[in-house]
Amino acid sequence: MIEVTHLTKRYGSNAAVDDLSFTVEKGQIYGFLGPNGAGKSTTMNILTGYIAPTSGEVVIDGHNILEEPEEARKCIGYLPEIPPVYPDMTVLEYLQFAAELKKIPKNEREQMILEVMQTTGLMEMQGRLIRNLSKGYRQRTGLAQAVLGYPDIIILDEPMVGLDPKQIIEIRELIKSLGQKHTVILSSHILSEISAICDHIMIIAHGKLVASDTPDNLMKLMKGSGSLELTIRGREADTRKMLSSLPGVDSLDVKASAEAGACDVVIKTEADNDLREMIFYMCAQEKKAILRMQHTHVSLEDIFLELTEDHPAEQKPKKKRRFGFGGKTAKQDAEDGEFSADSNENMDAIAGTGYGDAEGGADMEDAAVTDRSGNTAGSGYGTAGTPGLKNHSGAANPQEGEE
Amino acid sequence: MLAIYKKEVKGLLNSMVGFVFMALFLLVTGIYFAAYNLQSAYPKFAYTLSAVLIVLLVAVPILTMRVLAEEQKQKTDQLLLTAPVTVTEIVVGKFLALMTIFLIPMLILVFYPLILSQFGTIYFAETYTAMFGFFLMGCSFLAIGLFISSVTESQIIAAVLTFLVLFVFYLMDGIAGFFPETASGSFYVLLVIVLIAALVIYSIIKNALIAAICGIVGEAALIIAYVTNASVYEGLIQDILSVFSISDHFSEFYSGIFDITGLVYYVSVIVIALFLTVETIQKRRWG
Repeated sequence: MIEVTHLTKRYGSNAAVDDLSFTVEKGQIYGFLGPNGAGKSTTMNILTGYIAPTSGEVVIDGHNILEEPEEARKCIGYLPEIPPVYPDMTVLEYLQFAAELKKIPKNEREQMILEVMQTTGLMEMQGRLIRNLSKGYRQRTGLAQAVLGYPDIIILDEPMVGLDPKQIIEIRELIKSLGQKHTVILSSHILSEISAICDHIMIIAHGKLVASDTPDNLMKLMKGSGSLELTIRGREADTRKMLSSLPGVDSLDVKASAEAGACDVVIKTEADNDLREMIFYMCAQEKKAILRMQHTHVSLEDIFLELTEDHPAEQKPKKKRRFGFGGKTAKQDAEDGEFSADSNENMDAIAGTGYGDAEGGADMEDAAVTDRSGNTAGSGYGTAGTPGLKNHSGAANPQEGEE
Repeated sequence: MLAIYKKEVKGLLNSMVGFVFMALFLLVTGIYFAAYNLQSAYPKFAYTLSAVLIVLLVAVPILTMRVLAEEQKQKTDQLLLTAPVTVTEIVVGKFLALMTIFLIPMLILVFYPLILSQFGTIYFAETYTAMFGFFLMGCSFLAIGLFISSVTESQIIAAVLTFLVLFVFYLMDGIAGFFPETASGSFYVLLVIVLIAALVIYSIIKNALIAAICGIVGEAALIIAYVTNASVYEGLIQDILSVFSISDHFSEFYSGIFDITGLVYYVSVIVIALFLTVETIQKRRWG
């Protein structure tokens, strides 16, 4: 078990890790997720005692990493970002050295090294110089070193980097099997990896913990926004007028389509608010042909983008959301926008976001969530509401008003 | 510690470095031995040793340059520093490995006086005392090299710096001669040194007040000492610099005297260098 309290690491005035607190329970796989430079590696380096924090505490199985470093490190196996291997040793020599360094009793060493080499698939490579190994095998050698001695806690910094797809699957299985007996913490900026393996995800951005929860809960939390993309034949103004009477719409965006005489529509709703049938009948009544209709769900990717894509300078403390795990607060600026559309839509989008903010009122939190993920999910469309659009956040039952 | 020691010895013997060191050392010793002792039929092996001292200045940096610098560069220090060993164990393990590599050619040298004894009388006690002194001095060189290797990531910089430091220490006697021996001369030089020290303190802690206090107290102490008893300053600079004159302490051993001062001196140099190495590594973790 690892307890981290108010961990801060500063390099000059720049905080690589900023007041990080979390607890890691036994026998689970934890995933550190964050963009490059978010402070993942720094955090891991502090957890393992490689570097010392500026302030804050790390307690591992009851041993403070600064006060009883040897005891604490005995509980940890660490694979840093760059595998710490000696190029002029063979794999076997390296593992023997690592085993001795970790003070594994002599009579168990040989057996354990064999086991570890088998599980990491290094048996055929044991006599080769590490210098001559490919990146993937070096990574495995580093992994074997981390697993050696079967420590309670295994910390892996980007373990999948440089592996081919087959190896990734193998290592993933290995980590899963390790997770049954050990606590595993791994970091990555690749979502599919994390969501496939981890029992618990911690999202870090700018050195801060922005979310900490199970993958399912994180998805549920963000399910607040489903999005519907349509192409409807007809003029923009008419279409907007027609669709604006729909219930339970968080945001509506209509713009000219690439297809002549049609317009593209993006509608954001609550996830459980399925408007597809309603729109079908509505268009049928108005005699407007639906050329395309697509329902998109918020993925973990969107959550990640939303939570990490912020600029610290613009952060406003008034916007805080709680992610209900262990009472940890996730601070997130849900407002700032980064739009990839052209300048015209940019204006709209900014106006739209600002509008959503002002109007959101009691539903502020929900509105912020949906608006924001809308921006990311549909960035190709310029997104967000145009001025004059009603914000229907949280209103009405989808069945009502069906014609 | 044993793991690191074994790994390091193996590493030095697996790569060229260890052998280049031993070969260079033995080759030059062999040449001097042949010239001084065999050809000129001179019975003192210590004479050869004192000539070979210069080779150590070149050979030691070759041996020590990679020992810690490479760990940093390859990031393998992450393995060592996150393993359940202390930094002291790592540093001492590495130092013992370096000592072992130096011990191998020294053990070969042990036979040279035996060769000489075939041709006449050799004073073994004297000769081996000189050899022991030489080994001690070599170890203190290695400790300094180890320390400098911990300061930088680059092997080249480590090698060049080590050579420069050892070279300056070697020449320290001559350098000390540049400074005045009179009381007033020493006094002025020390005033300047204290001033520089105060500036260095300021550049490190960025606190003008504390630096100024240190400087003023230091200068005041110097002035008071000068006014009350000026004779203290006579030759003081030379005394201070002789602390760094690492090869000077070999001279007693050279004459076959088992010099306790020299022993203490070399052991102190080793301990201080290893201590600084540990602190350098620790400091980097807090940086």
